[in-house]
Amino acid sequence: MKQQIVVSGIGGQGVLFLTRVIAQVAVDRGIPVLTSESHGMAQRGGTVLSTLKVGNFAAPLIRTGQADVALLLFEANLAVHRALVKDDGELLINSDREGEGDRIDGSGIARKMGNAVLSNLVLLGRAVSKNALFCTEEECIAAIGKLAPAKFIEQNLQAFRIGVQSLQQ
Amino acid sequence: MNKELMMGNDAIARGLLEAGCQVAAAYPGTPSTEILQSVINRKDQAVNPLHIEWSVNEKIAFEVALAASYTGKRSVAVMKQVGLNVAADPFMRTAYLGVKGGMLTVVADDPGPHSSQNEQDTRLFCLQGRVPVLDPSSPAEAKAMIGPAYQLSEKYEMNIVLRPTTRVCHSRQSVALAEPVKLDRIAAFVPDTGRWCATPAFLPGLHRSLNAKLEQIAQEPHWQPRLLVGDESRPRVALVASGIAHANLVDLLEELGLSGTIDLYQVLMPYPLNPQFVEHLQQDYDRLLVVEETYPVIELQLAHPGACGKQTGAVPREGELTPDVLYQALAAFLGLDTPPTMAAPGRGQRPSLCPGCPHRAAFYSIKKTFPDGIFPSDIGCYTLGMNLDAVHTVHCMGACISQGAGFHQAYKQDGGRVPTVVVTIGDSTFFHAGVPALINAVLQDARIIVVILDNATAAMTGGQPVPHMGSTADGRKTKIIAIEPLVKAAGVDFIESCDPYQHDRFENLLKKADAHTRSEDGGVAVLISRHGCLMDPQVRKMQEAPAVIITEDCIGCGQCVEDFECPALSMDEENGIARVDPDRCHGCGTCIPVCPAQAIVRKEEL
Ligand code: SF4
Ligand code: SF4
Repeated sequence: MKQQIVVSGIGGQGVLFLTRVIAQVAVDRGIPVLTSESHGMAQRGGTVLSTLKVGNFAAPLIRTGQADVALLLFEANLAVHRALVKDDGELLINSDREGEGDRIDGSGIARKMGNAVLSNLVLLGRAVSKNALFCTEEECIAAIGKLAPAKFIEQNLQAFRIGVQSLQQ
Repeated sequence: MNKELMMGNDAIARGLLEAGCQVAAAYPGTPSTEILQSVINRKDQAVNPLHIEWSVNEKIAFEVALAASYTGKRSVAVMKQVGLNVAADPFMRTAYLGVKGGMLTVVADDPGPHSSQNEQDTRLFCLQGRVPVLDPSSPAEAKAMIGPAYQLSEKYEMNIVLRPTTRVCHSRQSVALAEPVKLDRIAAFVPDTGRWCATPAFLPGLHRSLNAKLEQIAQEPHWQPRLLVGDESRPRVALVASGIAHANLVDLLEELGLSGTIDLYQVLMPYPLNPQFVEHLQQDYDRLLVVEETYPVIELQLAHPGACGKQTGAVPREGELTPDVLYQALAAFLGLDTPPTMAAPGRGQRPSLCPGCPHRAAFYSIKKTFPDGIFPSDIGCYTLGMNLDAVHTVHCMGACISQGAGFHQAYKQDGGRVPTVVVTIGDSTFFHAGVPALINAVLQDARIIVVILDNATAAMTGGQPVPHMGSTADGRKTKIIAIEPLVKAAGVDFIESCDPYQHDRFENLLKKADAHTRSEDGGVAVLISRHGCLMDPQVRKMQEAPAVIITEDCIGCGQCVEDFECPALSMDEENGIARVDPDRCHGCGTCIPVCPAQAIVRKEEL
C-alpha cells in the first residue's frame, strides 16, 4: 500500500496535529510513514504545508502531480498546492464556498462547537467517510485518543464524528 | 523492537540520551529548536546525570559543552547554521585542541531557506574548520549516527558535527528505540597547558596531529560511502548524493522505474572524504551526477572531470533540492524526456504577527510617531514588523543596535537634521548579542532609541525561557537577570518601560526618548515595551475579552487592514467595509485607535 497525502493550511489551524493523527494511524498499523512539516516563521499565520508518504518511501517530500489526496484547511492554498496533487486526486477543502473538490464548512461547524481550530478534524472525518485516506474511522479515533491532550479528547472526537457523518446529512 | 513516531529533532534528542550525553547546551533557532526541547521532555529517560541549558547564545553553548567534554563526559552543543557563525571562534580552535569525552555539535542547516537569514552550508564550514561532519538522510539515520559519532569523537578526541537539514529535523518517521547506556563517568579534568592553553608554540604540532587524524578518520570503515549497485545497464555512470537529497533521489528513481539500474552512492561523511573513494570514482566512472545541499562540498573534493553538479550548473546552485528540482537534473543527466519546468510554487499567505500581538501595537506607535524614522530591527517574530513598514533592516542576531549606531554616525557627520533612529530588539536577542552593542552605542554617543520588545519569552522558536524570567530550561528556579539594571550598567540614563497596548503613554514616551537623544547632555534612550507573548496561554487567559466589532461608521478606508494588518481584520470584498474574524480576534483593542472613523468598538461599548 502506498499513499501520498498533502495537508495544507495556515499557521494556527492545526495542520500539524492533523498530520500527526494520520501518521499515527500508519504507525499503529505497522506501515512505514514519513512526514514533513512547516515550522518557524510560517507558523505565524503564513501558509503551511505538511506532506505524508505512507508505504515504502525514503523521503517525505511530494513531487508535483504525485499526491493522491489533499486536505486543505485554507481554501486560498488551492492555488499554491493544487499542483502537488494528481489530476484525478481527491481534494477535500474546508470552505463555505462552492468550487473545485469536495467541500465542507469545517470552520463554521467548529465555530458552532466553540473552537474554530477543530475544523481540522471535521475535514479528516469527511475524508475518512469518503474512503479518501488509507485510514479507517476506528483507527483515527484511536490515534486522536493517543495524541490529543486529555481534556480535549472528547471535543476532538466529536468534531471528527461530525465530519464522518456530514455526507449522510 | 520498540518503535515510536518521532520528529527528526526528537530522534536526535533520544539518540543523545541513549548514547549517554550528560551536558546538552543550545540556543534556539529554526530548524534546530526541538532538539533541546525534546531532551528536556525526555529527561526522565536519561540514565546518567544530565545538565540541560538554553544558553544565552551559541558561542556560550559550545564552550559549556566543550569544557564538560574536557572532564571526560559526553556533551553536545546544538544550534542552527547561522548559530555556528556565532560559535565560530571556539569551534575553529577546538579542531586543533580536540576534546576528551565525546563531543558532538549538532548544526541544523536550512536549505531553501525556510526560516533563516541565509542558506549557508555547515559542511563547507567544517571543511574550512577541519572538522568531520555527518550528513543524515532521515530521522532514523540521524539517530543511528549519534552513538557511533560519539565513539568516533572519543577515538580521535575530536569534536564531530552532525548536520541535519530542515527536511530531516522536521520530518516524522517511525524510529526504533534502544536502551540508554549507563556510562558511570566521574568528572576528571587533567590540566595540560600545552593543549588546553596551547600558545602559538604548540599549534604547529597540534595542527600536524589534526591533519594526521583527519587522514585516519577518512578511512574509518563505519563512515564510508554506501553503494546501491546498478545492473550495469548504464555503465561508467553514477549518482553521488548525501543527506535528504539522497533520500529524494531514491524515491525519484523508484517513481521513474529506474531503481537498481544505476550505481548510487550515499556519502555519510562529506568531510573528510576518503581519497580512495575519490580515486575510485575517477577511475571507474566517466560521468557523475552529484547532488547535495546546499553548497558543492562533495563535488569540490571529488574534482572529477566528468562530474555534473552545482559547479557545472547541472544542479541549481541555490535553494532546496526538492524532488521536482532533482527530476530536472536527473533527466538532463540521463538523457530522459525532460519534465516540464515547474513554475515555482507561490509562497501563499505571508506570515504576520499574531492577532493581539503587543509588537504590532509598538510598531504602529513607532511608525506613527516618527514617520520619517530609520528602523533597524532584528531576528524574531518582530521581524514581521516590516509588514507595518516599521522595520527597515534585519541582519543577524543583535545587529540592530550597532546598525542603528552606524546610521546615526553616518547622518550626524553631515551636519543636518539627523533622523530619529528607533531600533527594535526582542528580549532574547538583547541578551544574546545586544548587550555589547548597547555598551558600544553609549560609548560612541550614538543618539538612538532602543526599544526592547520584552514579551517574556523567545517567541519565534516556541517560547523558550529568557534570562529575566528566572527559570531554567528544565523549569527550575534560577536568578532573575533583570533588563533595567543591565541597561543602566551599560551607561544608559533614559530608561522607561510601558505596555504598548497603552498607545498614548507609549507614544509620549517615544517623544520623550527622542528629546533625550537630541538634548545636549542626552544619549541613548531605552524604552522597554512590556507585554507578554499572546502564544502564552496564561497571557491569553488574563486578557480574555470579547472580539471587537465594526460599526456602520466604517468608511472602508482600509487603514486598519493595510497599516495595522491584524490577521483578524480584513476587507469585505462585497460591501467594501472592514470585518473582524471572531475566530481570530483576541479582543485586545489595540486596533481601536487606528480607525479614523472610530468604527472599531468593543461590543460592550455599543
Ligand atoms: S481587537 Fe483588533 S487588534 Fe486585537 S485581535 Fe481583535 S482585531 Fe486584532
Ligand atoms: S480603519 Fe476604520 S473605517 Fe477604515 S476600514 Fe478599518 S474599520 Fe473601516
